[in-house]
Amino acid sequence: MDEHFIQLDRVEKVFDVRKKTGFMKRERRQVRAVDSISFAVARGEMVGYIGPNGAGKSTTIKMLTGILTPSGGRLRVAGIDPSRERTRLAHRIGVVFGQRTTLWWDLPLIDSYKLMHRMYRIPDARYAENLARCVELLELGALLDVPVRQLSLGQRMRGDIAAALLHDPEVLYLDEPTIGLDVISKAKVREFLRELNAERGTTVLLTTHDLQDIEQLCSRVMVIDHGRLMYDGPLTGLHEAGESERTLVVDLERELPPIEVPDARTVRVEGPRQWLTFPASASAAPLVARIAAEYPMVDLSVREPDIEAVIAKMYAEQAEKAVS
Amino acid sequence: MVESLRLRDGTRELPRWREGLRAYGLIAGMWVRSSMTYRASFVITVVGNLLVTGLDFATILLMFSRVDSLGGWSLPEVAFLYGLSATAFGISDLVLGSMDVLGTRIRDGSFDTLLVRPAPVLAQIGADHFALRRLGRITQGGLVLGYALVAVDVNWTVGKLLLVPVMLVCGAAIFGALFVAGAAFQIVAQDAAEVQNAFTYGGNTLLSYPPVVFGKDFVRGVTFMLPLAFVNWVPASYVLGRPYPLDLPPGAEFASPLVALVCCALAGLAWRAGLKSYRSTGS
Repeated sequence: MDEHFIQLDRVEKVFDVRKKTGFMKRERRQVRAVDSISFAVARGEMVGYIGPNGAGKSTTIKMLTGILTPSGGRLRVAGIDPSRERTRLAHRIGVVFGQRTTLWWDLPLIDSYKLMHRMYRIPDARYAENLARCVELLELGALLDVPVRQLSLGQRMRGDIAAALLHDPEVLYLDEPTIGLDVISKAKVREFLRELNAERGTTVLLTTHDLQDIEQLCSRVMVIDHGRLMYDGPLTGLHEAGESERTLVVDLERELPPIEVPDARTVRVEGPRQWLTFPASASAAPLVARIAAEYPMVDLSVREPDIEAVIAKMYAEQAEKAVS
Repeated sequence: MVESLRLRDGTRELPRWREGLRAYGLIAGMWVRSSMTYRASFVITVVGNLLVTGLDFATILLMFSRVDSLGGWSLPEVAFLYGLSATAFGISDLVLGSMDVLGTRIRDGSFDTLLVRPAPVLAQIGADHFALRRLGRITQGGLVLGYALVAVDVNWTVGKLLLVPVMLVCGAAIFGALFVAGAAFQIVAQDAAEVQNAFTYGGNTLLSYPPVVFGKDFVRGVTFMLPLAFVNWVPASYVLGRPYPLDLPPGAEFASPLVALVCCALAGLAWRAGLKSYRSTGS
């Protein structure tokens, strides 16, 4: 079924953690890294998978690639059970681990690609075409003969992305693809991924700490924490889910007591400048009109909510619910 | 558009062991080509490897400059043991010698990258950093063995003569099984590379000396528990017409192929169990 290209049904992953509690004494504890997660990704979707450290993001990716076997639930990628048919699935997926390379460390970049060509049995013409395309778009031309260990982090990341795409995978998993990259490298990587998705219809699932990755690439976001799926939907909905607020910054002619208007509250006053917050779902126009009518306003600006803050707020609310 | 993405060369997947051999060949070939880029450096490392591994035999020569025999065994006889063990070990070291980095790869997480490639992990890790310089050990082992074959005082029969290549192949298989079992152990205990080396490299040194110089309990362990004795001690004792310090069932001198087969099967099971435990616990 094409519309459920990736399908997770109450997938669980439980780790046995042994902790030393004294000399020769060990305590056994079970950790639910992934706790009954269900979602489906359609072919051609580009999905962001976010959450704090240790939330279970990488564990999910490892199960999707067949590196780890789920403890429970049902998991299918392109109709294949990843942990049972790992090598068969490998032909159809591409994986980029941000913090470690799939390239052969001591050899020139091109050697890794040549090996992929043979190992994945990529038809010659296809290989030549894909390599040429990656070399051009990821600007790898000057790097092909350089041993991988001599590449900078950004160069290596681009090299890794190319390596993951030579065999035309139907889905590309990216685990922190922009971690540690400078602004220009990040922009290059994002641009390339956007084109890949648009032109080839490659399904992309990426985990990241960088919310700009999500804002610029993904129409759909999944938020995971403590192994549970907390949110699954469009990026805009995330703001509502976290009940986020926008901020209106108003410059008045002179110092005045805090502005009082309905549907907004003044949170900060600094000389003639005042900060008001209002629900992100509300329009700023009536509010601005009202303030302009009642106060001597010189200038104003509206600040969009920071997603990081939104997610933090979501966590805080969940934690409160859990406590009460 | 999506159709073109599915393009493959149309061949069916091979059986797993052939898929493994193919991947091994591809990866090893890449390392060989890469080492051949600098020919002079390659020649120097081969010669260096030959000399360094040859030091082991130099130790034995040094000993024989002081004594005429070791536990009753003459220099050519000890050279026979040494040559068999060094060559057999050299072969398995050439094929699987890189396996001791497995623990490191698990610790730094790069083991995961092997699992997302369409090839058996054992083949990938075995062929990693494949180094022809290891031919040095085989060469010097072979030279010592050649000297021993000429110099030992043996009434060669066809059977005894055939036993020499059989010992080499089975010895390599037994050492190879040790490498694989050690690697499986490293998945569970990631700092165990030195434990593995104690058995492989240590075992090789051990087998360079006649069994009679060791304690009986020790020889018993090496014969029945960890059957390194079947690399050379047991069959070589037969070839040289020397009594083995232990009572062995009849036909033991020809049992090396069977022992090698059992070792490989057990190592294979251990490897599968190790990989399985990795895949259900993660790094």
